[in-house]
Amino acid sequence: MGNLKKKSDKLKIANVSLRSRLIVGTGKYKNFQETAKAVEASGADMVTVAVRRVNILDKKKPILTDFLNPKKITLLPNTAGCFNSIEALRTLRLAREIGGWKLIKLEVLGDKKTLYPNMIETIKSTKILVKEGFKVMVYCTDDPLLAKKLEDCGASAIMPLASPIGSGLGIQNKINISLIRKQTKVPVIIDAGIGTASDATIAMELGCDGVLVNSAIANSKKPILMAKAFKDAVISGRNSFLAGRMKKNYFASASSPQKGLI
Amino acid sequence: MAKIQLNGKKITVKSNFSIFDLLKKYKLRHKRIAIEYNGEIVAKCDYKKKYLKKNDKLEIVHFIGGG
Repeated sequence: MGNLKKKSDKLKIANVSLRSRLIVGTGKYKNFQETAKAVEASGADMVTVAVRRVNILDKKKPILTDFLNPKKITLLPNTAGCFNSIEALRTLRLAREIGGWKLIKLEVLGDKKTLYPNMIETIKSTKILVKEGFKVMVYCTDDPLLAKKLEDCGASAIMPLASPIGSGLGIQNKINISLIRKQTKVPVIIDAGIGTASDATIAMELGCDGVLVNSAIANSKKPILMAKAFKDAVISGRNSFLAGRMKKNYFASASSPQKGLI
Repeated sequence: MAKIQLNGKKITVKSNFSIFDLLKKYKLRHKRIAIEYNGEIVAKCDYKKKYLKKNDKLEIVHFIGGG
């Protein structure tokens, strides 16, 4: 048991160190109170946020950052909703201005129906952002060649999709995710498509460094309870990976000794 | 008086009105925001120096919930 406590198992992305390997999104919640409670229950110390226009018509309306303390929680600005490099770069430069963040999540979408990433624009944007000093976590397809390309361009984390954003279909191509994990030196974080807690465990057992979840928590019947379920699922998956699973056999192997059988 | 566009909406501001004055008007001075003025990001230290003129386009953005 001592081994469990001996070494801290933190996730390090660029220069940011995280205690939790679960990153949660802050979209789709009923209200900011629910968002804040779910974030707390998830144990996540990094959450994604989107950049949008301030509502100038309602001066008193609360805003997200009134509910999340950036001193305790790392805000990860994303480019959700951007369909080309120009939009994504504009969004992230503004995000950097809001809070001085350099660590950001790049997401350039290619198709409205599947929200599949446009990898050509994604690679183009990654190169420019890295040049500008951003630490770029990149949402991408589960193609090992393109993932390698992103790493070569200087991405700080590779974030392949499990399945389409918000679909809840779970990891569709475990082989590709394993290949990406094996070949990548920077953290690999599963982003998008996680449907339930066990999906997160599978991602972690494949050796992924973290999981990003939004819809699976926010769209569940009890988001705060589901946030807790994800917290535990990610911890379990990580421990299971570190412990190293047993070998699979075709035939049975009795758990009780044969010797001394009456 | 000057007619400007703020977050896609046409508004009128007094003459000699700075970005800083505008933020005060909309109670945004202490919020975490960023401003784009005619396509260029304005540094926080320049809010008092930038005066709004006719047909200026201003975007004020902040963080909202997102995945």
